[in-house]
Amino acid sequence: MSAAVVAYPPLRRRVVNVAMLTLSGLCTLLVVGVLLTILLYLLWNGAHSLTLHFFTQLPAPVGEPGGGVRNAIIGTLKLLSLATLIGVPIGLLGGIYLSEFAGGWSGFAVRYTTDLLNGVPSVVMGIFVYTLVVLPMHHFSTLAGGIALGIMMIPIALRSTEDFLRAVPRSLREGGLALGASKSETIFTIVIPAAIYGILTGILLDIARVAGETAPLLFTAFGNQYDSPGWLQPTASLPVVIYNYAISPYDSWHQQAWAAGFVLLSGLLAVSVVARLILARGKKLSHG
Amino acid sequence: MARSFSANAVQIRRPDIDRFAHSDAAAERERNQLPWPQFTVADLNFFYGNHQALKNINLIVPNRRVTAFIGPSGCGKTTLLRTFNRMNETVPNTRVEGRIRLGEHDLFSYPVTTLRRVVGMVFQKPAPFPKSIFDNVAYGLRLEHRLNKREMAEKVEQSLRRAALWDEVKDKLHQSANGISGGQQQRLCIARALAVDPEVLLLDEPCSALDPISTAKIEDLLFELKEFCTIVIVTHNMLQAARVADYVGFFLNGELIELNRAKHIFQNPDQQQTQDYITGRFG
Ligand SMILES: Nc1ncnc2c1ncn2[C@@H]1O[C@H](COP(=O)(O)OP(=O)(O)OP(=O)(O)O)[C@@H](O)[C@H]1O
Ligand SMILES: [Mg+2]
Repeated sequence: MSAAVVAYPPLRRRVVNVAMLTLSGLCTLLVVGVLLTILLYLLWNGAHSLTLHFFTQLPAPVGEPGGGVRNAIIGTLKLLSLATLIGVPIGLLGGIYLSEFAGGWSGFAVRYTTDLLNGVPSVVMGIFVYTLVVLPMHHFSTLAGGIALGIMMIPIALRSTEDFLRAVPRSLREGGLALGASKSETIFTIVIPAAIYGILTGILLDIARVAGETAPLLFTAFGNQYDSPGWLQPTASLPVVIYNYAISPYDSWHQQAWAAGFVLLSGLLAVSVVARLILARGKKLSHG
Repeated sequence: MARSFSANAVQIRRPDIDRFAHSDAAAERERNQLPWPQFTVADLNFFYGNHQALKNINLIVPNRRVTAFIGPSGCGKTTLLRTFNRMNETVPNTRVEGRIRLGEHDLFSYPVTTLRRVVGMVFQKPAPFPKSIFDNVAYGLRLEHRLNKREMAEKVEQSLRRAALWDEVKDKLHQSANGISGGQQQRLCIARALAVDPEVLLLDEPCSALDPISTAKIEDLLFELKEFCTIVIVTHNMLQAARVADYVGFFLNGELIELNRAKHIFQNPDQQQTQDYITGRFG
């Protein structure tokens, strides 16, 4: 039996290897650490306010203890529903158009506009919707806030839909066409179902992204001490409540701001975990 | 002038099918016991942009026979196959010249979706839809027909049986088609194509990714399929062509060098180039 000769890589390569591993490990720790620190910090500072009442009551007047942010939670949910209703259909259809139908010129135009739209500062978006919706209607409203957030959702919904559709292999499209399906039948019965988990994930992450936007809401949904009936009244929302409480001079409001921040961030984390689960499930389904 | 000369040259090279190619008397075909032409291709040129992939192709694909296309990589076999069901039209910036008839009619006179149901295709790499096995086979049926549940189930079973896959998947019809082996997936793609009762089946290197057992199963299948279907198969495997094909066409650099009965091609081809290729001297 001959002795096995194990050839170690040269020293330099081993050193570089260890160094890089350590570096990337440290970076990972840093990212995870920052997130954990924020969460714990929010919890630490807001824990005192995080009672059941915090979720079920309206804000208490200054000086009175207790009170909650029920109106802001409901307001944020309403704003996000409206934004989804506006942003997702446009983003979906635009993404389908870009990936399946757009020619060189129109594709370039749509893609370029979308990228520009994505780059518009959120405060500018707020002012834009303020002039377009709030001024003519003479008051702030859930509707205006939803429109602002909805417009902000379009670019990402559109580009992520486009990306996931493009990732569907050409062989699947050809398989459909070769069976006598028309182009649109192929798109709607094969391509979109094959990409649906990815598309859903993209939309959820998009919702999570605009959920924390504050600036556009300041000019559109404004704020409200009470529940906001219907869609045409000003409404409270978590980000704006956090902002207002945080800049106030009162300690009890500061605490509430921390707590509201914790609620918002936990909600976003939950949404992105769900999004990951959906994507993983889609992968599992399509790879057997 | 040059054009008709080269067309004639091709005719001379394949006497036994050309005899009926230019005779329109059906009676003569019957008398000679020769198959009807399924595809008749005349002066076909095909371009990808400026690159000419097919050069002045003239040939006949006989009905209910297996015709194999052989030739070195890049000689245009796939391109020709994909003009038969007009899949090449989905590739941007391409151009086709010349005439192709399917049966009695111009290929381009059919609505393209109808044509593709009549001329089914199986690609080199199996690409089942990310749906259940059942839904894969039912896909083509659902596009056109309103079948009730029982009819649909029967048709799916029949197609899977024809593709020699039924016994292996009958207990997992509603599982994902991505969960079966590559060989099974390829037979699933064949079943999927058969479900809509095509008259022609185009197979582009259907066995290139398969093990010998799966390959043998598909080859057996071809013998049964040609009872009711015209088959055109592209293959790089000379033995496979010899086993399954009734007719063999040899292509080189976008030109059809020779198309003839398989026996003739493999035993004493008319062209030196064919001889060189099948004996492995180049390509
Ligand atoms: N989509 C395309 N765009 C441009 N050129 C192409 C395209 N597809 C094929 N070609 C070219 O056309 C010629 C014929 O290609 P084709 O795929 O028909 O060859 P083939 O005989 O099937 O080869 P193989 O045995 O490798 O599959 C080749 O020169 C190839 O480079
Ligand atoms: Mg090929």
